[in-house]
Amino acid sequence: MTQTAQTIIGIIAEQALLDPADLTLDTRLDQLALDSLAMVELIFALEETFDISVPFNANDPGKQDFDLSSVGAIVRAVEGLVSQKAA
Amino acid sequence: MHRVVITGAGTINALGHDVPATFAGFATGTGGIGALDIPDVDRLSIRVAGQVRGWTASDHFDLRSLSLYDRMTQFALWSAQQAVAQSGLQFDGALGLRSGVVLGTAGGGLGTIDDSYRAVYAEGKNRVHPLTVPRLMASAGVSHISMTYGLQGPAFTVSTACASSNHAMGLAFQMVRSGAAPVMLTGGAEAMLTFGGLKAWEGLRVMATDACRPFSADRSGMVQGEGAAVFVFESYDHARARGAEILAEVAGFAMCSDAHDIVMPSAEGAVRAMRAALDDAGLAAGQVGYINAHGTGTKANDANEAMAIRTVFGQSPPPVSSTKGAHGHIIGGTGAVELLACLMALREGVLAPTLGFRAADPDCALDVVPNTARDAPVDVAISNAFAFGGLNAVLVLRRI
Repeated sequence: MTQTAQTIIGIIAEQALLDPADLTLDTRLDQLALDSLAMVELIFALEETFDISVPFNANDPGKQDFDLSSVGAIVRAVEGLVSQKAA
Repeated sequence: MHRVVITGAGTINALGHDVPATFAGFATGTGGIGALDIPDVDRLSIRVAGQVRGWTASDHFDLRSLSLYDRMTQFALWSAQQAVAQSGLQFDGALGLRSGVVLGTAGGGLGTIDDSYRAVYAEGKNRVHPLTVPRLMASAGVSHISMTYGLQGPAFTVSTACASSNHAMGLAFQMVRSGAAPVMLTGGAEAMLTFGGLKAWEGLRVMATDACRPFSADRSGMVQGEGAAVFVFESYDHARARGAEILAEVAGFAMCSDAHDIVMPSAEGAVRAMRAALDDAGLAAGQVGYINAHGTGTKANDANEAMAIRTVFGQSPPPVSSTKGAHGHIIGGTGAVELLACLMALREGVLAPTLGFRAADPDCALDVVPNTARDAPVDVAISNAFAFGGLNAVLVLRRI
């Protein structure tokens, strides 16, 4: 697992009040019972940690440009935004 | 128990600097939302707002006084001036001793706070303007109105987020009704279009980037506005005795709490508030001809409010509109500005439209008077406010 993935798992685990060891790349976010405020805090933590801007509108969490379906999807999406920044 | 009537109204908001301009904006469907113009706007992702334009405070207040007036206070004082002038009241003698003022505001002097923090944090200065504290006080607008007109009775500020104005006006109504005060100036004011204020709203990720589209299937969130409205609430007997023109009767009010969630609304709480307000007014749901909705343009509020309205009013509710599509969400001042749409419906028989509406949403099955004002005789109107944190406040007005 990359350092980025481990950092992201740490951020998600903190919001979900879980041990990072309980999360894998396959963990689906809907299994974590994150409410809308926790989602907003999670996105904020990702933005601050990786110095990126995540397109996310809390009005319609089901319809986003940013794939939040699983831990692995978030890792890929963050890596994409980080590489866009570097480009 | 005294009947309570409105004998004066004043406002400033994105639609105009007074009540006639606001009514004209409602009636013509001319929206006041546009490009946000504040310093550092390029660092915001939200760049539209219902901003008050063309406001030169020094045209209205002397420079000595202005050093004490945050933009919120300026809006409150200017609105009060219009309302008192329309009412024709002079608060001398016993009337001034017993009359008061209660306003709603959520942010208080937020521009003053923003300026002072920028000075010490961003600009590295070691002192701020010496009058920062009396400017930023949430109650500053109330104090300056009381001083300007000699209102020496109950005077205080209510802060219940987006329901602040409705709570303030509800308390003013109860004080006049009970006889605690013969006249109350009431309403609300907000001036939160500051860099720090908008950054805070961006963080919640509930803001639209183009327009506020209440009840529309493609709505994407709130657009913030600013402004104020102030009304003169007066006992009916007092108003009649002096031959005052009566704009409408305040027939009822109710407030309640969801006790549920800090941001998500509850239909059950909204239902209880609307039903209790009608009970307080002694009116049946079927007598209501217009509902001014809270209608923020968020997915959650509008679907929730629509469900609540259909629960209270049945399968054929009266026309409902949210004027936030026109002036934006004025937060703590919004209920006061929106009460003007109720006054217009009762006095002129014109329903203010819901601007920004593009497509019907099955979750919001209401007649929302989309985009174009409508002529309709209205005898009773209600105005909803459902704040973050589940604080609900509903006013009932009646034509007189």
